[in-house]
Amino acid sequence: MENKGLNKVDLIFEKIDPKEVLTKAYKISPDTIIQQILDSGLKGRGGAGFPTGLKWKYTAAVKEPDKYVVCNADEGEPGTFKDREILDRVAYKVYGGMVIAGKAIGAKKGIVYLRGEYRFLLPQLMKELESFHKMIKQIGYDFNISYCMGSGAYICGEESALFESIEGGRGEPRNKPPYPTTSGVFSKPTSINNVETLVTAMMILTHGPESYSQLGTKDSRGSKVFSISGDTPTPGIFELELGMSVQEFVNEFGDGDTKAVQVGGASGFCVPRKKFGNTIIGFEGVPTGGSMKLFNSSRSMYNVLHNYLDFFAEESCGQCTPCRVGCQQLLKGVEKVKKGEVKSTYLNELMKLADTMKVASKCGLGQSVGNAFRTIVENFREEIIY
Amino acid sequence: MYQLGNLVKELSDRHGRARESLMPILQGIVMKHNYLTDEAMVEVAKELDISAAEVYGTASFYTFLDTKVRGKYVIRVCKTITCSMKGKGEIIQVLEDMLKIKVGETTSDRQFSLIETNCIGWCHKAPAMLINEMPYTELTTEKVVEIIKGYMQKK
Repeated sequence: MENKGLNKVDLIFEKIDPKEVLTKAYKISPDTIIQQILDSGLKGRGGAGFPTGLKWKYTAAVKEPDKYVVCNADEGEPGTFKDREILDRVAYKVYGGMVIAGKAIGAKKGIVYLRGEYRFLLPQLMKELESFHKMIKQIGYDFNISYCMGSGAYICGEESALFESIEGGRGEPRNKPPYPTTSGVFSKPTSINNVETLVTAMMILTHGPESYSQLGTKDSRGSKVFSISGDTPTPGIFELELGMSVQEFVNEFGDGDTKAVQVGGASGFCVPRKKFGNTIIGFEGVPTGGSMKLFNSSRSMYNVLHNYLDFFAEESCGQCTPCRVGCQQLLKGVEKVKKGEVKSTYLNELMKLADTMKVASKCGLGQSVGNAFRTIVENFREEIIY
Repeated sequence: MYQLGNLVKELSDRHGRARESLMPILQGIVMKHNYLTDEAMVEVAKELDISAAEVYGTASFYTFLDTKVRGKYVIRVCKTITCSMKGKGEIIQVLEDMLKIKVGETTSDRQFSLIETNCIGWCHKAPAMLINEMPYTELTTEKVVEIIKGYMQKK
């Protein structure tokens, strides 16, 4: 197990001259850009972790004049707020990443899908976009970015639900395949990337893939922006090299009494104190889109679980039965166990239900409800029952 | 009930009349009138030449596209875990006392609606709430009183 320890990094918010980087990118071929991203080992920063270079490669390979780059700024995972900060502070790097992606895959149109909760940022973002458009035109790029606003639906962070929403429909995920690389928004080949992924791609072109891939571990290259909240003296945004253990993380950010860390938000995993030492934060251990919530011993893990299940029961789009009914029944189920209306062994039945949801749900929402459920129930069973 | 006037037409002129224009048009109506009436949705359906059921289908999916009466200022208090741990309960309490309504209700003068919402992305500055699109963070009961007083004077 590779362990890099806790190291602070400054890439995402580092000041760069976008014109210089984009001029450099303008002169190299799409294949070279894709190869650099592949060499860097970058995986998507939204949470799912699909290799960005491959996504671009597949989208580039489709012969179709009309393609799209979509920036997923529908940051809805509980505990994540890094994309808001990135857009607030370095929007030009998000746009820059989109232009680079556009060049790589052969797209002329970019859409930023911004969650409704962040609408207050829009005037400032549009202003920056205007001067950005002028700048890239000078370089010679033929690329246009527009905004599309969400309206308060967590599920729209799921890529195909997001496309449905852009197209004016209910944000219900589509069946896959076809994947977005061949049929995305408006049924056109689309590369959809998280805000941070796009900025990272721009930084890889700035500093070169070799220097980037020296950060992190074999499975989790590079650094990552973490959104840290809960029982910590220092809540906020921190960019850290990937490959640290939860223990090292807690040593830095805990309040001295941390009993659990929820890594990856409501759809992520709960790591209890006894596992801090041998759990790596990254794709080889617990993956995260950036959400890190610390809980100290004054917190009831029942309340945490109940809060998450309530969240999912509300945010499930209701399209597929395993997720729609499953979320509701898990919520009701833990309430019954807590009240003593059913035996504590009922939790085992609920665990089976969570497993069924994992295999039978249509999209990532229903598939990942079981992550938090299983890891909280397994590690804090007595708190759920009594 | 509110008078739509030429709003739907204006919004359609600005955003277009394609299917993908639907969301920005509905968002535009909500920004101006706080919620969507049946009449507004029928009007949008006519303007875009789609079925009213399609419009309602889209509108009813999104929590920010309310189809129920909402006040001029919609207060959305975050109820997700960090805000919940950091005193969301007291914030709700003080809002309910000040506005004399319960969560989910609208004041009789149609100025304020109070609702709870899922994570709004301010966990590091919890508890947090949105009033229309404006976020307010690191709330205390005193701070909330000041903020609401400010809005009350606005009307």
